[in-house]
Amino acid sequence: MSGGNHNEAEQYRLEDVGKIFPHRQIALGGVDLTVRRGEKVALIGPSGAGKTTLFRLLNLTLRPSSGRLLLDGIDVLELHGKRLRDARRKIGTIYQHHNLIPRLKVVHNVLCGRLGQWSTARSLWSLMRPGELDAAYHALKQVGIQEKIFTRTDQLSGGQQQRVAIARVLLQDPEVILADEPVSSVDPSLASAIVKLLVDISESTHKTLLVNLHSVDLALEFFPRVIGVRNGTTLFDLRPDEVSEELLEELYSGRPPESERDDIEDEEPSPPILQ
Amino acid sequence: MKSPARPYFNNSQKSVFPYLFGVVFLLALVDSWRRVGVDLPLLFERQGRENLFKFATGMFPPEHSAQFLSLMLRPSLETIQISVVGTLIAIAIGFPFGILATRNFSVGGILNEADTSGAPARYALRLSIYFASRGLLSLFRAIPEFVWAFMFVRAVGLGPFPGVLAIGIAYGGMLGKVYSEIFEAVNPRPLEALQSTGANKLQIFFYGWLPQVLPNFVSYTLYRWECAVRASAVLGLVGAGGLGQQIEISMRMFNFNEVLTILIILFAMVAAVDILSSKVRAVL
Repeated sequence: MSGGNHNEAEQYRLEDVGKIFPHRQIALGGVDLTVRRGEKVALIGPSGAGKTTLFRLLNLTLRPSSGRLLLDGIDVLELHGKRLRDARRKIGTIYQHHNLIPRLKVVHNVLCGRLGQWSTARSLWSLMRPGELDAAYHALKQVGIQEKIFTRTDQLSGGQQQRVAIARVLLQDPEVILADEPVSSVDPSLASAIVKLLVDISESTHKTLLVNLHSVDLALEFFPRVIGVRNGTTLFDLRPDEVSEELLEELYSGRPPESERDDIEDEEPSPPILQ
Repeated sequence: MKSPARPYFNNSQKSVFPYLFGVVFLLALVDSWRRVGVDLPLLFERQGRENLFKFATGMFPPEHSAQFLSLMLRPSLETIQISVVGTLIAIAIGFPFGILATRNFSVGGILNEADTSGAPARYALRLSIYFASRGLLSLFRAIPEFVWAFMFVRAVGLGPFPGVLAIGIAYGGMLGKVYSEIFEAVNPRPLEALQSTGANKLQIFFYGWLPQVLPNFVSYTLYRWECAVRASAVLGLVGAGGLGQQIEISMRMFNFNEVLTILIILFAMVAAVDILSSKVRAVL
């Protein structure tokens, strides 16, 4: 069945992966990609190219419509129920819009990272008396906002909320970190700090890191592997020093036709920068 | 970041449905008006006028002897008790079935796509749980609480117990239906994030779903409690205890002044519940 000749170092293998949404929108068409354990990869490309859809496939939220997506040598189509949840636990995602629960305190949003390990009863109890408070505090300290631990999350600025989302992933302690435009709603100086933090985490704990980036500069500066995505497929997959001006121009030139745009989830305006 | 927003929302086709609906609605209104025999002059004819007058003047002054008032104490308390216990039972029914009757919890949407795709048995099971919950809730609320009370009075005898059961079941159906609508309107993005950590459905529900809708959830529940206070009075008319039973007795004896007193008590209770619930809402 799966993984007979699976290479242990291989985290993801995508073979001709496509995704078609209802209404016959093609979001991804034929992506081939292999990501090794501990690798740090940046994905760049125009918005609507399919990067977010690709990430939602990689974190097992969506299923490919065609092709094969292997996670640790296992075809994701075989994963259901408990096995699917266990697989998801290994993948931590940081979203463009944080996707925190606004009405909960910061501590609970951070502890959400533990839900995959906690029983349902324990999770419920934690809403009254936060479990693993020390771990939550430590994670928040790592991202520099430990003093906000008992603040309601909707009272934080955009940049602070993004750091709460990173702390949540720290608590999840996954094998893979996927960050989908993690810095599009923060100012440039903080953006660089956040990307650096993610790279450091990945290096120190040997986590696989994939980041969608709006900023080409950040991608070229921090990542040893840069993938250009356009019109639902990869245009190039190179070391940063191999990425030429011409390639970048080709990547961003012209807009993709309407029908091949990403799903609507990509299209909401970013929250204002309040940092 | 400039891009045309929501591509496939723009090409919505013009539909004749709103117009069609308008015409059908108007026809139905005219037809219903005729058929239910709305005959306003009847209200002002001699006979009607006299009865109304007798009823209205008979109400004043409201009965306020200490003896009558102290007699009303117990039924008033009973009405409150029926409404509280009935509402609690309604929540116990409406909450779990309301969750299961939420489409994006049970069958559709981002929380089910990966889990059910390529697993038809799984999908069929969820679909049937979803429809069973909806069906049960519909049944519970389609039968009026009045009829439930009738049935339970036959089953368990007179008193507050059948009233409690009737409110619990009929309101359980209503609460469940509205809960599911409240739950369905939630922002799915935080739920997707929770799911991606490996959380199970219940964890996602209590961390992502309920906190988002809590104010709505609480305020609708309190509103239903307010309705339950009134309903428990009506249920008394069929022998299910509380103030309603007293209204029935006083009406039958043509003691309209007592009826007015009871209505005032009822009004005060409903108003008190209303004030209480607005206080709770303010805290949330």
